[in-house]
Amino acid sequence: MIEVQQLRRSFGPIIAVDGISFSAAKGEVVGFLGPNGAGKSTAMKMLACFLRPDDGTASICGRDILSDPIGVRQALGYLAENAPAYNEMTVAGFLHFVCDARRIVRSDRRKALDRVVSLCAIESVYHQTIDTLSKGYRRRVGLAQALIHDPPVLILDEPTDGLDPNQKHEVRRLISAMAKDKCIIISTHILEEVEQVCNRAIIVARGRILADSTPKELTEKYQCSLTEVFRKITTTKKSA
Amino acid sequence: MSGFWAVFKRELKGYFTTPVAYVFLVIFLFFSGYLPFRDGFFEMRQADLRLFFNALPLLFVFMVPSAAMRLWAEERKTGSIELLLTLPITVCQAVLGKFFAAWCFLAIALLLTFPLPMTVVYLGQPDIGQIVTGYIGALLLAGGFLAIGMFFSALTKNQVISFILSVVACAIFVFAGNPTTLDYLALTISPAMVNVVESLSLQTHFESISRGVVEFKDMAYFIIVISAWVSACIVVLEERKAN
Repeated sequence: MIEVQQLRRSFGPIIAVDGISFSAAKGEVVGFLGPNGAGKSTAMKMLACFLRPDDGTASICGRDILSDPIGVRQALGYLAENAPAYNEMTVAGFLHFVCDARRIVRSDRRKALDRVVSLCAIESVYHQTIDTLSKGYRRRVGLAQALIHDPPVLILDEPTDGLDPNQKHEVRRLISAMAKDKCIIISTHILEEVEQVCNRAIIVARGRILADSTPKELTEKYQCSLTEVFRKITTTKKSA
Repeated sequence: MSGFWAVFKRELKGYFTTPVAYVFLVIFLFFSGYLPFRDGFFEMRQADLRLFFNALPLLFVFMVPSAAMRLWAEERKTGSIELLLTLPITVCQAVLGKFFAAWCFLAIALLLTFPLPMTVVYLGQPDIGQIVTGYIGALLLAGGFLAIGMFFSALTKNQVISFILSVVACAIFVFAGNPTTLDYLALTISPAMVNVVESLSLQTHFESISRGVVEFKDMAYFIIVISAWVSACIVVLEERKAN
């Protein structure tokens, strides 16, 4: 479902993503791990066709990010870091706007709204302006926006950041529930989350993939917890 | 087209769900009434809107950039540009959607100046055709300034910088056609160049239309100016949307 080939992007002298390649299939929940500034968000932005890669390409559901960006965006649900939204709009207005943009109309819209509103548990804030929402609710609204068209591929940039433990649990449960029918990539700093929801972990640092395996294999290989594995991989390779 | 309509609808509603529209309309309507009266609207004893249309370019230099400055700068600042441009909407659809929504908003502001033409119709027998062409010219002038304002809004995250740059650019386009500027330029550059400067000014073409003469060259001028600045905005966003 996702094929990434030698994706590369730099900002001036800084190489953010340095030729990463991987593929992911339906049913996989890929945890994209790495220290701050490792290039996770840049890679995700390129997959969501927000940033153009300097080199390399990727395809999502057989659609190329360079030649068919609109097709890619149709097949993709994307939650950006910090879950940006239009603050002056109500949650209802915002979701209707996303439906307009995604051409979800009439009864389909009703069904889609009912589904995501209960899935993301945002009934209580449905008529509130986004400006007045807590961080947790904002993120859930962002998630609802990404799920509204029931996409086959989901890319979620730090989906549980800023949520309280209960909300984190809910989001993880949601991701696990959707996992078998979709291909999901999540970026996160929280390693316990990877162990709970991901069946594959890609560790990235300085724009390169340093490890690509299941969380279980990683812990068995290095004979320590995933946190230790993360520290070992990202610090030794950095200093090398 | 669904992308265009989605953006258009959201943007136009956005003006009225925030205080932006109301603050803008109150100030615009106050000055669009005040300026003609200050210049002797009644004392002229002429049933026309010449003084109103004369005041518009200067008023638009400040007012239109204030309506345009948020268009992209705000999207960049709040990060919502990342949401907008990862929906199945092209940059072109998003830019046009925003442009026409803002233009529509300015058209509403212009329509709300209706008490002025009603006053002259009540007091005398004005040339209705001239008033209509005046409004068409005003709408095109607003479109030109809006396209300039939107371009500068796409350049920066900061609305204040966007506003100041747009005001300066719009002022240059207005004052290039000012007789004082042209007289001064005539001292330093050749008459042919003075003509070029004059024909590039928005004011010259607006005056020509507001006098009641709708000529192809004036219409073409506004269409070219609007298309050029809107296209430049699309190019800038394509290149720098994530910076």
